[in-house]
Amino acid sequence: MATATVKKCEHLFEVRNLGKDYQSGESTVQAIRNMDFHIDDGEFVSIMGQSGSGKSTLLSIMGGLNHPSRGQMLVDSLDLYELSSEQRADFRSEYIGIIFQSFQLITYLTVLENIKMPMAITGITAKKQDEMARSVLEKVGMADKADRLPDQLSGGEQERVAIARAIVNHPPILLADEPTGNLDSETSEEIMKLLQDLNREGQTIIMVTHNPDSCRYSGRTIEVKDGNCYIQ
Amino acid sequence: MKLHNISFNNLRRRKGKMIFLVLGLFIGVATIVTLLSITESMSRDIEDRLDQFGANIVMVPKSDNLSLSYGGISVGGVSYESVDFAESSIGRIREIENSKNLGAVVPKVLGSAEVNGRKVLLMGTNFNDELSLKTWWQFQGNVPGEYELMVGSEAAETLGLKIGDQLSMKGHDFKVASVLMATGGAEDGVIIANMAEAQQVLGKEGRVSMVEISAFCRGCPISDMVLQIAAKFPEAKVTALKQAVMSKMQSIEMFKSFSYGIAVLVVFIGSLLVFITMMGSVNERTREIGIFRAIGFRRGHVMQIILLEAMVVGLVGGLVGFLGGNGVAWLVMPMVIKDGAFAGINMTLGGISLLLAVALSLLASLYPALKASRLDPSEALRAL
Repeated sequence: MATATVKKCEHLFEVRNLGKDYQSGESTVQAIRNMDFHIDDGEFVSIMGQSGSGKSTLLSIMGGLNHPSRGQMLVDSLDLYELSSEQRADFRSEYIGIIFQSFQLITYLTVLENIKMPMAITGITAKKQDEMARSVLEKVGMADKADRLPDQLSGGEQERVAIARAIVNHPPILLADEPTGNLDSETSEEIMKLLQDLNREGQTIIMVTHNPDSCRYSGRTIEVKDGNCYIQ
Repeated sequence: MKLHNISFNNLRRRKGKMIFLVLGLFIGVATIVTLLSITESMSRDIEDRLDQFGANIVMVPKSDNLSLSYGGISVGGVSYESVDFAESSIGRIREIENSKNLGAVVPKVLGSAEVNGRKVLLMGTNFNDELSLKTWWQFQGNVPGEYELMVGSEAAETLGLKIGDQLSMKGHDFKVASVLMATGGAEDGVIIANMAEAQQVLGKEGRVSMVEISAFCRGCPISDMVLQIAAKFPEAKVTALKQAVMSKMQSIEMFKSFSYGIAVLVVFIGSLLVFITMMGSVNERTREIGIFRAIGFRRGHVMQIILLEAMVVGLVGGLVGFLGGNGVAWLVMPMVIKDGAFAGINMTLGGISLLLAVALSLLASLYPALKASRLDPSEALRAL
């Protein structure tokens, strides 16, 4: 990855005086006012808040997807937003696995192909890609549905595929946006246990949720309210 | 998994979408190809029909002042000897550079003969070639065979000849096989015999007085051919019948200009159709492009996926459109022109169609793909 200013930082993630404003007509809306917190390697952190509290905006900034209006976002001592847009794409490819709110699987690719997709730009050989994809499929319990298309799967199954796709490259950080938002309570519990297991294996997970029940699976919760954060 | 697998899987598994895009290109390309093919076929048909209207090049000897003439050629009267060509040399006409544009080459021998004590102009020719050149000739009786004659209307009246009559010229007996109806041309006053027999009567064995040539105007200026023939026959005066040629060319040019005008309009409308279809298709994929970008694809990766798809769609659409357009032209041609034939598949047009389809497809995808790949991934996704 390209070089960026290296700040002194002891944590995996360090959010410093972060703010994000949106223009709505002539008025400015502050989605994130001023946030300061850090997340360490191997943690499972929930970012909890009501709809419109700014938690998803925060997650997108942490994933290098959304430029903040002010402040710094340090990842492994790198100031993420000092990188160019293309360098941040490389950063996402190497460092981040994202589980999107509504799965966001590619409809015309099979389960196995969806999982292999992040590796299409890595130069990993076809054989190795297959091994890695099948291994994560096994891990999320979807090995028997490798050749199905996403619309042939239930919501819970699609979520498992989304998780498999996010972890297939072994990224140091896993970002999950409302991973149980579209699932029933039983499937939600299964998914949360899966994420908990991944964390126990050493995976750093940052999860955004509005559901307090989901937070009990994480080690720590950061509450977001009106664009401010409250560390619990 | 490579980037091209994503493109191909998209095309393979979203067949409806692919068919819709190809259909857009098909309609555009097929319309252009149909119109151009019909235009080409019609041009050829018109040229062929115009080429049937007689000779447009005449080759005569560089001659002295003579008293009798036919079609602009002076022939020896009683007191003159006409200059002429050796019959064996006429074959050289077919050796010119634009020989493929040559139609009928009809040599003639001309001279005066005496019938029933009256002087008459005798012309020797090959009847089949002559009749193919003079399609407007109408006659009573049959095409003359051996030692048979065709008599011009005026000559028949003056000499009191009718079909079946016998007459003698220089000791050779002939029978009148047909009488030519009045054409208003020089042939009204002549007696026409087979070449070899006329040569015998005129004492010009192996000699030719003039040559009438029908040249196809397509792809070759007549003036070039005149120069090429003149170079082969320095002793001859080769002239293009300017009026005939010019009217032929004018009719064809007018038709071509008209059809090209229509073609430009069709190309424009077809291109617009393809452009809108492709642009709409890429715009629909903004969310998908957001996923690619969020996962770590660079802009170049996204562009690669979309442009590869556009190229494949362009190739398939162009090919199907070209074949379809030719098919429609083939079907429609007999309805457009009675007895009109399809001019055949034009490979240059095929190449241009493919290039046009691929270029349009790429161009139409480029802008929306570039726009979508520049969006903030979170904006493209609207989910995060």
